[in-house]
Amino acid sequence: MNINLTLIGQLIAFTIFVLFCMKYVWPPVSEALAERQKKIAEGLDAADKAARDLETAKAKIEVELGSARAQATDLLEQANKRSSQIVNEAQGKAREEAEKIMASAQAQMAQEVAQAREILRADVAKLAISGAERVLNASVDAAAHKKLLTELAEEL
Amino acid sequence: MASENPTASEYIQHHLTNLTYGFHPDHGWSFAHGAQEASEMGFMAIHVDTMGWSVALGILFCGLFRVGAKTAHSGVPSGLLNFVELMVEFVDKSVKETFHGKSTVIAPLALTILVWVFLMNLMDLVPVDLIPYIFHAAGVDYMKVVPTTDVNATLGMSIGVFLLIIFYSIKIKGIGGFVGELTLQPFGKWMIPFNFLLEGVGLIAKPISLALRLFGNLYAGELIFILIALMPFYVQWFLSVPWAIFHILVIVLQAFIFMMLTIVYLSMAHEHH
Repeated sequence: MNINLTLIGQLIAFTIFVLFCMKYVWPPVSEALAERQKKIAEGLDAADKAARDLETAKAKIEVELGSARAQATDLLEQANKRSSQIVNEAQGKAREEAEKIMASAQAQMAQEVAQAREILRADVAKLAISGAERVLNASVDAAAHKKLLTELAEEL
Repeated sequence: MASENPTASEYIQHHLTNLTYGFHPDHGWSFAHGAQEASEMGFMAIHVDTMGWSVALGILFCGLFRVGAKTAHSGVPSGLLNFVELMVEFVDKSVKETFHGKSTVIAPLALTILVWVFLMNLMDLVPVDLIPYIFHAAGVDYMKVVPTTDVNATLGMSIGVFLLIIFYSIKIKGIGGFVGELTLQPFGKWMIPFNFLLEGVGLIAKPISLALRLFGNLYAGELIFILIALMPFYVQWFLSVPWAIFHILVIVLQAFIFMMLTIVYLSMAHEHH
């Protein structure tokens, strides 16, 4: 093993490499690392904040949803009430109408029955007279027996 | 190769000799022909292969990390940037765990040591004969491809760290404080020479142990690869594969240890006793 100028040469080379590393390698890399560290920390903070925001938003949604639900039940109740009211009203009207129609129909019917009875009565009177004429073989003075016949017809 | 059919010891000797360029007393400035000439050159010589490979790997490190750093942004990282950030974060964490002061030097220093030493160690996993063979074909006789198996390389780095230790000791504690630390403990002012001897050895031992630990581990690993390469080719895989797998652990661990000890030494230099 010879100790010689190589020693000095190595010392110089070593110094140069260290200086190069000190000036051109270490600072940019460690700077970038520090910056990335900061960025990551900021990112994590932002994520935390976002999670908190989400939490509050969820709570808000819960509240809103509750009030909306209450409103909806209110509306539904009102609608139900109103609809039953309408149905009741309609039923009442319909009943009235039906009664009216029925009453008028009955009146008409009674009228018609009376009319028919009148006609029948007249017919029966005529038939009775003609029958009587035939039986008596003589003409009966209608006028003379009018009173009698009317009485007869009344009885029918 | 020194000769066409080398003996085992010649083969090992050849593989452990650096490509040396230096001032030979007889031939002047020239490449050394063999280990004998290289050692005759003394201090005025340079290991061209160690310098070449280490500088090339250092440039690879700088280039790779510079490209990664250029694309650095705070968005989603990908590819190379991911890797660079991984390394930077790992080193940053290691530094912050040990060193509590404020310094813009220590972390990049630790990163450079970790990656550069790792890359140099990694050359150990290249088959021992491959690159020397290619260079031999190109007419270069000696080529040692693992810079960290050259004690000059590891000592060069550890001396750099040592200078920083002294620089920070003086900067933080002042010359008086530093001298006081070396002389006034552990036994108080009546034992100054003894204290100085103790603390001085402790101080000098830091760079020496740092350099020799890395060098020793890698040198031994390389030597075992060379020994395995001497065996018949049909048993080589049986030994070299487990050793290489184990060595993966060693090269990472040694790079990490060099880095960690550098951080520890520098943080000790920052602390008051």
